[in-house]
Amino acid sequence: MTNLLRKARWSPYLVGAGIGVLSWATFYFMNKALGTSTSFVGAAGSALCTVADDHVCNNAYYLKEYGAKDGGFKPIFDWQFALDLALVGGAFLAAWLGGTRRIERVPALWAARFGPSVALRYVGAFIGGFILLIGARMAGGCTSGHGISGSLQLAVSSWTFFISMFITGVITALALFGRVGKERSHV
Amino acid sequence: MFENFFADPKTILLGVLTGLVFGFLLQKGGVTRYDVIVNQFRFRDHTVLKTMLSAIVVGAIGVYAMLGLGLIESLHVKGAQLGLNAVGGGIFGVGMVLLGYCPGTALAAAGQGSRDAIVGIIGAIVGAAVYAEIFPFVDRTFGSMGDLGKITLAGAAHVSPWVIIAALTAASVSLFIWLERRRTPSTSA
Repeated sequence: MTNLLRKARWSPYLVGAGIGVLSWATFYFMNKALGTSTSFVGAAGSALCTVADDHVCNNAYYLKEYGAKDGGFKPIFDWQFALDLALVGGAFLAAWLGGTRRIERVPALWAARFGPSVALRYVGAFIGGFILLIGARMAGGCTSGHGISGSLQLAVSSWTFFISMFITGVITALALFGRVGKERSHV
Repeated sequence: MFENFFADPKTILLGVLTGLVFGFLLQKGGVTRYDVIVNQFRFRDHTVLKTMLSAIVVGAIGVYAMLGLGLIESLHVKGAQLGLNAVGGGIFGVGMVLLGYCPGTALAAAGQGSRDAIVGIIGAIVGAAVYAEIFPFVDRTFGSMGDLGKITLAGAAHVSPWVIIAALTAASVSLFIWLERRRTPSTSA
């Protein structure tokens, strides 16, 4: 067991099966489906709430996601918010045990295409994250809520999301990277 | 918004436990790496697809079995609003390749030391705030386009979910076998 935990990398099939079993547990014990992106709305809303309380409280979208039936808001720091924060800790543990934890500002593939500038990578990451969440909230979920949880429930919404995001992802990757690094970069 | 900011301790604890396991698995699977995610969209590394399809197949079998046995009362299917699902998904794909992580893997990547993921998370929170402002417009424009309700593939095709699950399992296993066979010696270098 200790050896397994210290391994740098696990088979994707094992990891996928593990996530599948984790989904059983969330359905059975918690009556929940894995998801991560709604809490980004909660984070944004509670940050803005400190400066523009009235605006946030009357915003249709915050009310849609967090409005309680009897008025006011449901807890922002809920099951999913806790899950999101714990994702950082879980990955930290895995990386630390496996000896793969390292500070990285510019990933190798990005550097091969756009150079080693940290500033440029951060601008790309910021814009990417910005676009990512707009898409996720428009679609009603992300790779977790739609991609895994929704797909495993065979939801039409989720498979539509999955196929659509894969198509634009492939086009974007082709546009950004072309044929950079022709050798297969299987790690 | 802050009057009852925290859910009850049990809910939070269960969320923490789920997140710890999920984050651990994602990192061990390598899908918290920018190069792995982007190279999936370039068909050079199929780790993401292998992981997701395994999770979907295993998850589907267990969740539908529990539903059939009455161990769980209901599913949590999100309503199909095909316009929003397709356009939102399309926008998501662009963001995912530019950032190199999705929301969950960005959080996990932050835990393994990827500083760019933290910047991406900040961008994502700003994106969420902007979406909250444009939501009324988006909803008005194509919110009701292709609104089919909380429908599953099995419901749409009028077949048992097990028919879909069997087909999905067969397709995924075939794909896995094919991917493993075509792997040339250079890939393991």
